[in-house]
Amino acid sequence: MTDADAGAATYAYAVTRGLDASRLDGSPGVSDQPVRAIEHAGFTALVSTVGLDEFGEDALHRNLEDLGWLEATARAHHAVVEKAGAVTPTVPLRLATVYHSDERVRAMLTQQQAPLAEALSRIEGCTEWGIKAYADPESFTAESQADTLAASGSGKAYLQKRRNQHRNREEAGRAATERAEDIHAAFADIAVASRRHPPQSQQLSGHAGWMILNGAYLVDETRTEEIQAMVAEFSEQPGVELELTGPWVPYSFASPDEEP
Amino acid sequence: MTDPTTAPTGGGQTAERRSSAGDFSRPAGYGNRPASRTEPANLADILERVLDKGIVIAGDVRVNLLDIELLTIRLRLVVASVDKAREMGIDWWEHDPSLSSSQRDLVEENRRLRQRLGDMQSREHDQLARGPEQAGEEKPRD
Repeated sequence: MTDADAGAATYAYAVTRGLDASRLDGSPGVSDQPVRAIEHAGFTALVSTVGLDEFGEDALHRNLEDLGWLEATARAHHAVVEKAGAVTPTVPLRLATVYHSDERVRAMLTQQQAPLAEALSRIEGCTEWGIKAYADPESFTAESQADTLAASGSGKAYLQKRRNQHRNREEAGRAATERAEDIHAAFADIAVASRRHPPQSQQLSGHAGWMILNGAYLVDETRTEEIQAMVAEFSEQPGVELELTGPWVPYSFASPDEEP
Repeated sequence: MTDPTTAPTGGGQTAERRSSAGDFSRPAGYGNRPASRTEPANLADILERVLDKGIVIAGDVRVNLLDIELLTIRLRLVVASVDKAREMGIDWWEHDPSLSSSQRDLVEENRRLRQRLGDMQSREHDQLARGPEQAGEEKPRD
């Protein structure tokens, strides 16, 4: 089928269990389409009817490159996931998971029964928190700058200085890594499960510090205050700044293992 | 010193109940929902999750995940600067049809991004080459 046929398709947002679909009445999803529920095999899939002229293979390739389209679609997808997640355990599907018909969604629910049930029980009663830690490079290197300043002048001193700088940078990196491990371990201890995402580079994060940790933590809802207290505690230590995001529907824990 | 933007109120009871989901009312009885959101989720954080995370179940319409991975790298670069610019109140491109459409010069953009990635990779390489003992995480120090 080509996109030009402009047929209809079924866009799937998330899978839950026993969600009262009337709670989502009137909330638009992607492409401003109403969100409805498909009940099957003990699950509730949240879906919208969309056009293949927008969500067909060729159209998606084009649209995903369009930041405006992508932003609107991602926010709409995320809003539906959040609304469901506020009411009942919810397993989000990746953006742009599209089926030819409602019947195909039912077939998927039957086929994926085991991993879906497993994911739903894993995240039940939990929320995801994101913790990013930024190290201030200066506070990790300042100490050793003193000795490099002492040795200046001659060419030999210059070389010595350069060598020290290299070593200092390595030591600073090592110290920052150790700190990241401490922070991660502390949060992982409170969490039911944890995942580490690759730290973003300075250009990507837009933050002046080194991102030394980009972690996601699946936390029992009764322990939210412990997470917040821990963030406050680490924020009082010099040299590292923590950024807390969430609560998220447990996106990072929908799949059984770390994805490659 | 506690940074107010990173340290949410400890008590929780008085914290504002809200989420980016807006006016959807939560029924009583489903757990003890976290009471505060530190800040509304920014676009980069949302994209990181909706594109990279979530359960991987194939749909009927094929979307190449490899493409998406490249795309997220590209988007993170773009989004980081878009969010920043918006914070400063700069949004002129949103009114410029030649920029808001996907007809931008993608070839040129790709070239720049590839170069940028290359730079980042070679920098990483340099760092590894400089400190072999640093690359092996668990090696004892001498």
